[in-house]
Amino acid sequence: MDIAAQLPLLLGLAWLAPLVSFVAILFFGPRMGPHGRNAAWVATAAIVTSLVLSLFAAGTWLGAHPVQAAHHGAGGHGDGDHGESHAADAAGHAGHASGHDEAHGPLAYAGDWYALYEGGALRLTIGWYIDALTVLMFVVVTFIATCIHVYASGYMHDELHDVTDHEVHLSGGGHLHRPGRFPRFFQALSLFCFSMLGIVIAGNLAMVFIFWELVGICSWFLIGFYYERKSASTAANKAFIVNRVGDFGMLIGLMALWGALGTLHFADSPVGGGEPARPGLFSLVRPAAGGHAIQVPDGMVKFAAAAEVAKTPAAEVAGKIDGWRGMGLGRWLLFTAGVGIFCGCVGKSAQFPLFVWLPDAMEGPTPVSALVHSATMVAAGVYLVGRFYPVLTPDVLLVIAYVGAITLFIAATIALVANDIKRVLAYSTVSQLGYMMLALGVGGWSAGLFHLVTHAFFKSLLFLCSGSVIHACHTNDMRKMGGLARVMPWTAGTMLVGCLAIIGAGIPFVIGLSGYYSKDAILAQALSFAQANPAHSILYLAVAGGAFLTAFYMFRLWFMTFAGEPRDHHVADHAHESPAVMVAPLVVLSVLAVVAGWTLPGGFGLANLLEQARPAGTAEGMTGGFAFGTLVFPAEHLSHEGAIHVTATLTAFATALAGVVLAALMYLVRIISPAVVATILRPAYAFLAGRWYFDELYHALFVVPVLGIAKLASGTDRGVIDRIIDGLAWTARQLAGIDAWIDRTLVDGLVNATATATWNAGLELKKLQTGHLRQYVMFIVVGTVALFVLASLLFRTSIAG
Amino acid sequence: MSGMLGSTAAIVGPMFAATTADVSVTHYLVVGAILFTAGIVCMAVKRNALGVLMGIELVLNGANVNFVAFASPYLRGQGAPALGLDGQVIALFVILLAAAEAAVALAITLNFYNNHSTVDVDRADDLKG
Repeated sequence: MDIAAQLPLLLGLAWLAPLVSFVAILFFGPRMGPHGRNAAWVATAAIVTSLVLSLFAAGTWLGAHPVQAAHHGAGGHGDGDHGESHAADAAGHAGHASGHDEAHGPLAYAGDWYALYEGGALRLTIGWYIDALTVLMFVVVTFIATCIHVYASGYMHDELHDVTDHEVHLSGGGHLHRPGRFPRFFQALSLFCFSMLGIVIAGNLAMVFIFWELVGICSWFLIGFYYERKSASTAANKAFIVNRVGDFGMLIGLMALWGALGTLHFADSPVGGGEPARPGLFSLVRPAAGGHAIQVPDGMVKFAAAAEVAKTPAAEVAGKIDGWRGMGLGRWLLFTAGVGIFCGCVGKSAQFPLFVWLPDAMEGPTPVSALVHSATMVAAGVYLVGRFYPVLTPDVLLVIAYVGAITLFIAATIALVANDIKRVLAYSTVSQLGYMMLALGVGGWSAGLFHLVTHAFFKSLLFLCSGSVIHACHTNDMRKMGGLARVMPWTAGTMLVGCLAIIGAGIPFVIGLSGYYSKDAILAQALSFAQANPAHSILYLAVAGGAFLTAFYMFRLWFMTFAGEPRDHHVADHAHESPAVMVAPLVVLSVLAVVAGWTLPGGFGLANLLEQARPAGTAEGMTGGFAFGTLVFPAEHLSHEGAIHVTATLTAFATALAGVVLAALMYLVRIISPAVVATILRPAYAFLAGRWYFDELYHALFVVPVLGIAKLASGTDRGVIDRIIDGLAWTARQLAGIDAWIDRTLVDGLVNATATATWNAGLELKKLQTGHLRQYVMFIVVGTVALFVLASLLFRTSIAG
Repeated sequence: MSGMLGSTAAIVGPMFAATTADVSVTHYLVVGAILFTAGIVCMAVKRNALGVLMGIELVLNGANVNFVAFASPYLRGQGAPALGLDGQVIALFVILLAAAEAAVALAITLNFYNNHSTVDVDRADDLKG
């Protein structure tokens, strides 16, 4: 079977398998065994199916496009292609072979399964865009999801019988008692996997947006799983609303692209019949004719120059477009489109200023935190930036870089003082996502996505470990833990691996854990960017400082939890190692957290696999920008070489080591007392412990005004509108009263008077009815005679004439 | 009836003359009027229900005599295209109805007697309003 037909089939089925599981559990969940116990098997079977199909797809991909070491500077990259053109479709690639020149695009297959609507310029489809990144993300998402399904079937066993929720206090003084919701959990998990895979496989932005929102609603379901708890339902609503803010920007971006370019497809779509293919976004913004250099597309130029276009004869418009483009028309539109799409990613990937929802999202069950809020859902934003990368202009990238830098710094500092084990990890996630965004923003396409993948492994590992700890201790508070390494050796060991991976531990220039490679790549690219643009060297400082903070708070977490003496004997006595079904995923994930970054001899490795998907025209760097001065984005491969690489690696090693040592001094050896430090730096400590007061700020800036407006509106409603309505009702009532009086007095009076008169007449007349026959005869006789007399008096007639 | 009254007024004076004159329609009418008046008086004064019934018969027959009298050929216009028996026919109807009425009235009387052991119409005031 042709690979171009095989890949969409395999990945499409992998994508739909969780949907089948979702529908099955939705309708038959409660009937799946006692308390829906078998729903876990259904969901796990579905995700394992997805994993197997994804692995098949990956095998197919690797068979057709073997990963080899990138030949930097040797006239190309990823030269394993066999004539497939950029964004080639099954039908369209044969005639587009562009050889091995520098200008060729990434290996990608795109097409449409189903057109939701097709009419005029509007074309909404369910389609696919498959390149190495898609295949890789499929494998990562399904793999981690599989681990978490297995883990969750152990973790959620409480839900198999009736649950007494000790965190919900009823008004009667007791605790909430409710039936377990085991199937419901796996149902939402399946829907989530389906949605996430939908984003990954999507062939156009409209489809991305659909699944983007589906992911959002799944997140809402899962964060609010314990919806009786006020904190959980509030957190779910917060996540949903904050994401809507970002999605508003995304809609603006979609409209900018749609309105000016008339397409949301990533790749070119063949029309058939010898017609030229309909250009997609990528080839519009980076046309092959210009060597895939980024330029404002004609549609946007024409859109911005609408006034001139109206004055110009239709035939001459095409000739003038280049002139208008030279004047800078349309570049703001492209900027808006890029920033708009990035806004959606800011919401989903919890970037500054919309990161506040993610730490609260830890109200959900821990497997959800691991899957949704560390490894996959929040990765969707980074993934979309990576996918959308060719359309992002230098100015947009700089915005992304700064947002990432601010995010990583703020989140890392908050993580320093957090005491809730899951919150430390949550802020760590935000911080790492900031890393990825920053990497993408400074031109490190491959570095950012590489970190996305490695982070997915070690962060899900860390979360599952924390879940194991919580499961054993029944508390999230690290101040009550300590010394758990003795009772939970497996959890402690795997979590140590996760901590080492996230700080990028390794022997410099020799070997390291997965984070070592991805973090070094980010650091190197940031350094490379800072050298090319000295004005923005603060980005490099943010990365380096972030590395130090990461090392400190991760090891603070590990030392507080596992090392030393137990702080709370009640907790320590109760603690136990988790069951095998929970430990097994930890071990599997920790192995991957170690090896995911490795590049085998011969060039096989994630970094080189990602290079196959590198967007056209981004290999050689980029220079441009109009809003923030001229920006130089050095080519990424330059950062792997020479002085930059050495400096970056040594910096990463030194900062991480410093962080670990400081953490050890404070929490392991306890030479420096954290309490004393907190006292000395009291304002700073309070500021960080208050999480930079972002929640309070947003509360004051948005929540309070909104509530105020709502109160005003309700006051208006009650005080004005209700008054008017009440007044109208009162008037109507009074009028009705008058009406009733008229009815009762006049109309009824008339009728009653008639009746009374008739009645009285009847009463009088009945006295005549004596019952005496002879009297009647006399009446008749007298009456008749009287009538005759009367008639004879009046009419004087004679019978005989 | 005005004719009857007129006739009655007419006979007060020359009554004797009338007795000697030839029998005419007026004579019949006089007999009818006497019968009718006798019947009315009988109905008004009799307390016995049977007497009242007899009074009724007298009234009816007084009327019959009148019908027949007015059917006289002398009272008819010339050339009237009729058989000239209208009065007689109506008299026959009245007789028939009188028979039926008598049957019903006697039945009522009998029932009344059964219930009240009397035929005194003054005692029959159950239908008082």
